[in-house]
Parts: sequence; structure tokens; C-alpha cells
Amino acid sequence: MDTILQGIVNGTLIGSIYGLAALGLTLIFGVIKVINFAHGSCLMVGMYAAYWAVKLLGIHPYLAMVIVVPALFFFGYLMQDIVIKPVLKAQSDVREPTEVIIVTTGVWYILDNVTLMIFGAEYRVIQTSISGKIFELGDLIISKPKFYGFIATIVVSLALVWFLKYTKMGKSIRAASLDREAASLMGINQYRVYNIAFGIGTAIMGVVGCALIPFYYVFPTVGVIFDVKCFIIVVLGGLGSIPGALIGGVIVGLIESMGAQFMTSTWTELIVYVVFLAVLFVKPAGLFGSKLDW
Amino acid sequence: MSLLEIKNINCFYGDVQVIYDVSMHVNEGEIISMIGANGAGKSTILKCISGLIRAQSGEIYFDGAPIHHLRPEQIVDRGVVHVPEGRRLFTLMTVKENLEVGAHNPRAHPHMKEGFDAVHALLPRLKEREGQLAATLSGGEQQMVAIGRGMMARPKILMLDEPSLGLAPVLIKEIFQTIKKIADRGTTVLLVEQDVQHSLSLSSRGYVLEHGRVVQEGTGKELLDNPQIREAYLGI
Repeated sequence: MDTILQGIVNGTLIGSIYGLAALGLTLIFGVIKVINFAHGSCLMVGMYAAYWAVKLLGIHPYLAMVIVVPALFFFGYLMQDIVIKPVLKAQSDVREPTEVIIVTTGVWYILDNVTLMIFGAEYRVIQTSISGKIFELGDLIISKPKFYGFIATIVVSLALVWFLKYTKMGKSIRAASLDREAASLMGINQYRVYNIAFGIGTAIMGVVGCALIPFYYVFPTVGVIFDVKCFIIVVLGGLGSIPGALIGGVIVGLIESMGAQFMTSTWTELIVYVVFLAVLFVKPAGLFGSKLDW
Repeated sequence: MSLLEIKNINCFYGDVQVIYDVSMHVNEGEIISMIGANGAGKSTILKCISGLIRAQSGEIYFDGAPIHHLRPEQIVDRGVVHVPEGRRLFTLMTVKENLEVGAHNPRAHPHMKEGFDAVHALLPRLKEREGQLAATLSGGEQQMVAIGRGMMARPKILMLDEPSLGLAPVLIKEIFQTIKKIADRGTTVLLVEQDVQHSLSLSSRGYVLEHGRVVQEGTGKELLDNPQIREAYLGI
């Protein structure tokens, strides 16, 4: 019984961090209708940024967010502005411009390999003041960095929902995501909205990077692991849906941690995919995907 | 000097020319109708004015300044507001949010409250429906939101593309009354319509388009009395 409860706690905590990573992807898709294949690589950039901020400045990994998150925002903003926008403009009469997928795949390869060239292939770990720290709740053992990652997910999600619902920019982002031409006619500069949405999606990767480095290795292809997870989560939850991304993340986290108690962890991957296919079979739009939406 | 002046524009979709050397002008305070069959190029001309598509050649002036090289959001900022065909609401946003987005441009945004008051006075139904998602409204109400959203942008000229499309006769009457009220309050209106009877009787002048060319122009009454137009568009 205790191990099951422990599994649920572990799965929910790590799953929420997966969900946060997927949130960035779902936001970018929801607004620009582009699957960002470089999303995992953006996370990798976030993790390296966090790693070096902690290593060089000797600051707490969560304090590093103050630097890493804005840096990642501008990274995403410029990536959209310089690399993706020209392709989007050439495809401006297409609702879901598929060519952009090829471009983001190119960005993925370039980012991963440039990182490999600069920092080498080694797995890097950094000892932070909270690495390996735990709470004990009765018999339950809760990892502190994962618990704080869970808190970060809640805070970031609420902040994002608030931003989209109540600010002028947030409303413009939603309007452009629903009808880009009508949004233009209302005086919204759609490419600026895209830049900002892409920047926010990437900035969230900065939060995830800082939340991960106390307990996760950093290496040039770390993004690939998260890429695959994020795609599954986002499709499972419904493309473009914020609660979908979070719940999808927790589902994947739970399967991984619960499954590992009964079988070897390679088998848990199988279960993730079976659940994924089963959900798509029953509900093709994903758990929270709406027929009206996007 | 006219408020809006279109000089010899030519437009293409890919290699296909759809607008041939069209010129027209709209004076301040007028209601102008553009009529013509499906595919005559009426909507294309509006899209050209609002910057959604670019004319291959020709010039468009608003308030004496050229606007044909500007981006859509800059054109909105000048006070040229286009209410697109088929309403094109932000379906998963509430009526209130749709109107708020209408006041996005920097000229209108500081006056959002007055904008709401004016739109609610014009279209009281929108006040009642404030919190409802746009997707859940009836066709007539959606058209009102589309017009209201356009008015929130504080237009100097409001361009309406087929506001009566797909509405019941009772509602069409209501929409035209609303357009009349908008014009009476000092906004210039450029109206694209298939409902020739209603739109011409409301308009000071009109242009008739055929295959991307202006084939006739005149006062609303002249055009309504013209036997060719009566036959082609009114079936009399």
C-alpha cells in the first residue's frame, strides 16, 4: 500500500514537470498552429542556461530563473522572428503551415549539434543545495526538488491562464489563435503576437530547465527525451489545451512511476503508448481537445 | 478631397487578375454601396483597402495620405475598419472580449469605456449577451457583434462586407437600420451587399461591379431606377 501511495506521489510530481514542459508546446501550437519540433532543444538550452548560471554564478537554481527565463523568452522570440516568420509569411494563406515543421526540425538539429560542439557529449550534473533533499511525511518520502517543480507548474499555469484571460496582450494572443485574419483587421500585428507567444512557450522551458537541473543530467540530446514525452502528452490532452497538457503530463508521470513498481521500466514506455493510442481511439481530439477549438 | 480614394487598382490571386483598373471614391459622411454578383471582386476591393491583400498596381488614399503600402494594423490605426464577410468572430471568446479586442488599436484603446457605451446604445442586445461565448450566439446576434467589434475600433470609415448574409428578412431590416444609425452618428460607411434594394435605398451613391470592373456608378436612386440593374439584380 505504501509503495503504491509513494508511486502516486512520485508520478504526480514528475508528471507535473512533464506537463509544464508540454504547456510551452501546446501554447505555441494553439497560437501559431505550428508543431515546434525544436521544443525539446529549447528545453535543452534552458537546462544548459540554468546549469551555467548555477555553476558560474554559484546561485541557487531557482534564483537562476531570474536570468534564465527572460533569456529563454528572447531566445524564443528571436527564433520565431528570424527563422520561422519568413516561412509563415510565405505560407500566410495556410491555416496549419506544415513547412514550418521542417524548419523547426532543422533548428532542433542545429541546436543539439552546436551544443555538442561547444560543450561536448558528457553528462553534466550539478550539486545544488537542494539536490537529493527530501521531506518525510510519515512513511512517504518526497523529493524536495520535484515538489518545488510541482509548485512551479501550478504557479506558471495559473499565471499563464491569468495572462491569457485578463491582459490586453493575452486577449490578442487568443484572438489571433482563433482567427488570424480577423485579428489583423482588429489592428493586431499577428507576427508580433506570434513572436511573443513563441517567447512565452520557450520561457516556460527556462522554468522547466531550472526545476530539472537539481536532479537531472544535462547533455546535448536531453531534449529528445522530453520532445517525445511532450508530443505524447500534448496529443493525449488535446492539442492547444492548457489543462490537457497538465493532466496529460500527470498521466504519463503516473504510468511511469506506478508501472516501474510492477515491471521493468522499459515496459512502462509501452504502457504509455498503449494508453496514448487508446485515448486517441476513443477521443481523437484528445482528453480536453474541443471540437470548436483551434 | 474625398475621405477614401481608390485610383486604378489591379489585383491578382496568383496569376489570375480579379480586379481591373478600379477607381472609386467615398466622401466623408456618405453611405456608399458596392453591388455586384458573386465573384465580381467586391470583397477583394475591401481586402485591398484594409491591407489584407496588396494591389499589384494603383493607389489608395485615405484622408489625403497613401495607405496602400501599409500593414493591416496600421490601416486600422488610421481609422479604416473592415468588418469581414461571414462575421469572423473570435468564437471561443465572450461577446465582451470580442468587443475589447475590437478596441485593440492605440487610437481606440484609451477610449474603450466610451466605445462600450456607444456600442451598447446602438446594439442593446450585446449588453445582455456580454458574458456569452460568441460561438453560441444566433446568426443575427453574431452579425451585431461583428459590427459592434468594428465600431469599437473608432472607425472614420466602416467597411461592411455582406452584413445581411444568411440572415432572416426581419433581421436584415434590423441590420440596415443599425447601419443607418451608424452613418447618422457621423461614421462614413462603405457597404458591400447582395441585397441591392435595401443597400441602394440607404446609399447616397453606388458602384456596380462586374468581373472585376466598375461598370456603372451613380446615386442610389439612379441605380435603383436603372432598368438594367433592376433586371440583373432585382429580377424585375
